Amino acid sequence: MYKILKKKLLAEKIYEYVVEAPLIAKSCLPGQFIIVKMDEEGERIPLTICDYDRQNGTVTIVFQTVGASTLRMTELGEGDSFRDFVGPLGQPSELCREKNLDEIKKKKIVFIAGGVGTAPIYPQVKWLHEHSIESTVIMGSRNKELLFYTDKMEKVTEDLHITTDDGSFGFHGMGTDQLQALVDAGQKFDWCVAIGPMIMMKFVCLLTKKLEIHTVVSMNPIMVDGTGMCGACRLIVGGEVRFACVDGPEFDGHLVDFDLAMKRQSQYKTEEGRKTLAVQEGDTHHGGCGSCGGDK
Amino acid sequence: MDVLKRVPVAEQDPAKRAKNFEEVCLGYTEEEAVLEAERCLDCKNPRCVGGCPVSINIPAFIQEVKNRNFEKAYQIISESSTLPAVCGRVCPQETQCEGVCIRGIKGEPVSIGKLERFVADWARNHDIKPIAPSEKNGKKVAVIGAGPSGLTCAGDLAKKGYEVTIFEALHEAGGVLVYGIPEFRLPKDDVVKKEVENVMALGVKIEIDVVVGKTINVDELLNDMGFDAIFIGSGAGLPKFMGIPGEQSNGVFSANEFLTRNNLMKAFMDYDTPIWKGKKVVVVGGGNVAMDAARTALRLGGEVHVVYRRSMEELPARKEEVHHAEQEGIIFDLLQNPIEIFADEKGWVKSIKVIKMELGEPDESGRRRPVEIPDSEYEIDCDTVIMSLGTSPNPLISSTTDGLEVNRRGCIIAKEENGETSKRAVYAGGDAVTGAATVILAMGAGKAAAKGIDEFLNR
Repeated sequence: MYKILKKKLLAEKIYEYVVEAPLIAKSCLPGQFIIVKMDEEGERIPLTICDYDRQNGTVTIVFQTVGASTLRMTELGEGDSFRDFVGPLGQPSELCREKNLDEIKKKKIVFIAGGVGTAPIYPQVKWLHEHSIESTVIMGSRNKELLFYTDKMEKVTEDLHITTDDGSFGFHGMGTDQLQALVDAGQKFDWCVAIGPMIMMKFVCLLTKKLEIHTVVSMNPIMVDGTGMCGACRLIVGGEVRFACVDGPEFDGHLVDFDLAMKRQSQYKTEEGRKTLAVQEGDTHHGGCGSCGGDK
Repeated sequence: MDVLKRVPVAEQDPAKRAKNFEEVCLGYTEEEAVLEAERCLDCKNPRCVGGCPVSINIPAFIQEVKNRNFEKAYQIISESSTLPAVCGRVCPQETQCEGVCIRGIKGEPVSIGKLERFVADWARNHDIKPIAPSEKNGKKVAVIGAGPSGLTCAGDLAKKGYEVTIFEALHEAGGVLVYGIPEFRLPKDDVVKKEVENVMALGVKIEIDVVVGKTINVDELLNDMGFDAIFIGSGAGLPKFMGIPGEQSNGVFSANEFLTRNNLMKAFMDYDTPIWKGKKVVVVGGGNVAMDAARTALRLGGEVHVVYRRSMEELPARKEEVHHAEQEGIIFDLLQNPIEIFADEKGWVKSIKVIKMELGEPDESGRRRPVEIPDSEYEIDCDTVIMSLGTSPNPLISSTTDGLEVNRRGCIIAKEENGETSKRAVYAGGDAVTGAATVILAMGAGKAAAKGIDEFLNR
């Protein structure tokens, strides 16, 4: 059992949980994910690690309630426990590896976070900051009310750009519009990390391909075991079958077949399965991409 | 009674069982077991023992059944096997112990598997557990994976007095016994869980939710956590696909995914994990996993076709499973091979194109090689395709352990006789070494490695 030490509502339907998991806290790195199973009947839900405290042995996760399982998860509060909490799974971010430090220091890095994607972006920016590497961060949401982690992000980057789709706060537009604006203003980037809904990552990749900026995306396909056994999370990357749980979750965004990934993500889109699809999409499910049939 | 024929075993009616997940085979009653035991000739030179990968003293336990000393029979089996209730159900006895039974020359071999199952079930129902050793030897062994090889290795070492901890990646112990083999062949709560409890009764600790290679690694186990030796029984890995057009369509699943959703995540019991219930399902492949996937899809309400590129004779699944599948109404489309999957405008499978095959000369596996018959393609309408083509090894441990050699297929290299790997104090066995094989072969490897580890630590 894995005790919930803190629970916080960050924005509408977006929750942050701090969980006691010393072994994971000791070995995890930004970019990796955990699988949480709340109780006997629960699903195994993959969630990207959003922060960790090696000394206190805690791991932080953030998710949005989008269906039956995530909604049920919010019934648990401080002092309760998750039945299972496994990880760290997947490969760490390429940017957050000590042995690559010299290479990484030469790069001009831009992060683009969409919606709940802000949460998994944060530990990467923080890790780089702690290693004296400064990066640019664009974080966007649909409106002001859905923004979160702005204070945390301000502490780890000096070049933070906030966007809202409706213009209620910061730059009026999408992350892609902001990136284009920065480039037009003369800023140069040679490494981009985009995390958010698949449709957003797809459009970031279309733009960065044009701008010739290497782009890494974090894929969150349907998973079951998450340890390299079931093959549910397969993607086509550069024309080959790759498994997000062991080969990813981060991939070269310019090689990912997003249209196929979005189609596969809609697999449980039936009248009775729509709710479940939303759960399986986890923190990348925002509605509006067309995959789920618009249950938003 | 005709002594050449075995005592028949009761089974659930095919029409009824095709709609439920309860166990197909109902097992012998005491009377039936004693009658069947009387057919054993108690050979001086028992070939059955040599046919058993874990060398159970088969004639000895059968004699005890004949004399109604069921507890004694259980103790004899337990000396060699950690999971008798499992083996009695899923071992391919027809090619092992029963395949070499002298009775089988003129008639039907003794029903050794069903007798083993009877004894194990009897012991469970009478709450008889294996006895933990009274003294510990003070040495610690870590076992990676709580599947058949790991449980066997752990059980054997615990009996010798070692302090054993099993690290399991999933949220349940059992490995393929819980995620792969369905409830109707191997009940989870009544059989698997109880067998795992028996291993724990020997003093073995099981830590679930620990992915070795990720949460902790092999060197940490050896250097920081004080383990004197390690057994790797991490099992098979990622599913293979055919690489044909349309294979990424919605409604195409690996057998591993389909079975994991149903068995481990208990989708059939209405747990939270969803499962796609196809109305017309094509299962590609002919192994035991293919049979399990086909019979599961049938029980979820589908019409199921098994497409296999060779003929019935070469079908690698156990005959008993094929027979049960046929009885339940699975349709076998043999000597056919898929070449393309077609999807509708929404990306969902609508049909699969197959080409007919004929058998040519034997290939390196000794089986006749299937050859395409030109212009024989046709389409089978379906809404689901389940690929059951085997697996390739999981890289999690081999890629994070320095000095652990793998072969060109990615399987860990280990000596067959004692499980020794290229890394000192590290042993391995089961599917992680052989690639996908059977439960009993994995158990045999776990047993050999336990012996190897014991010898190593007493050198």
